[in-house]
Amino acid sequence: MDSVIQTIQGIPLNHYLIFCSVIFSIGVIGVLIRRNVIIIMMCVELMLNSVNLLLAAFSAYRGDASGQVFVFFVMALAAAEVAVGLAIVIMVYRNTKSVDIESLSKLRW
Amino acid sequence: MSIFYFVAFLSIFFALMTIFAKNPVHSVLYLVITFFTFTVHYILLNAQFLAVVNFIVYMGAIMVLFLFVLMLLNLNKESEPMKSNLVKIMGAIAGMSLLATLLGAFRVLEINNDYVTGNTDVGLVENLGKVLFDEFLLPFELSSLLLLTAMIGAVLLAKKETKESNG
Repeated sequence: MDSVIQTIQGIPLNHYLIFCSVIFSIGVIGVLIRRNVIIIMMCVELMLNSVNLLLAAFSAYRGDASGQVFVFFVMALAAAEVAVGLAIVIMVYRNTKSVDIESLSKLRW
Repeated sequence: MSIFYFVAFLSIFFALMTIFAKNPVHSVLYLVITFFTFTVHYILLNAQFLAVVNFIVYMGAIMVLFLFVLMLLNLNKESEPMKSNLVKIMGAIAGMSLLATLLGAFRVLEINNDYVTGNTDVGLVENLGKVLFDEFLLPFELSSLLLLTAMIGAVLLAKKETKESNG
């Protein structure tokens, strides 16, 4: 009887794995097909978020709070990354008048 | 619970809309909705602290920052650079290959019938705070240093360049 109740209100761990993989892949596809630097950074945020959700799901599954603390650190890191990244985007836009990722290709050498 | 599958469908739908929307502002707004569905996922997992932090930090701070930069640079549909169709198709195929690889790897995993239920107490603010300020105190302080460094870096990078001869 206990397992029946768990089956009704629980979600299989595999479904969380599949769902987060789909979201992560959508983020990867977004990075590959867009040329706007800001959209590419948004896709990176999407990937970070999918990993966050999977960490939280595993944390709830194991009953261990460390995973959710790690998610908290990832969020702090994402905030720092976005602040610096958008500052770089503004600087590049000021110099090249474009947010195209191709305008950064002169950094090759 | 079927509510998980409904919210998961919404997340995937709006994530796809994010990467396929032509207008960057629409893209940002779709991403906000995607993050809202993630907040619902956290609530379903009974991770209340993460739900609130996701709501405030991601939807409140980070997405407003994106929207602010988009409007500062005055980007719209006309100025949006688009890749050629060949590159788009190749990118989509590469992403699908990654997804297929991951799903294939999950099939090889031993099949477990374990369920994730939302009736654990680890995600409450009280329990998480005890772990955070006891076990993870040093990383917590270091993350404050990281945020300070990022703030200084952002201000220095985005500052208008002054006369070089002054220095």
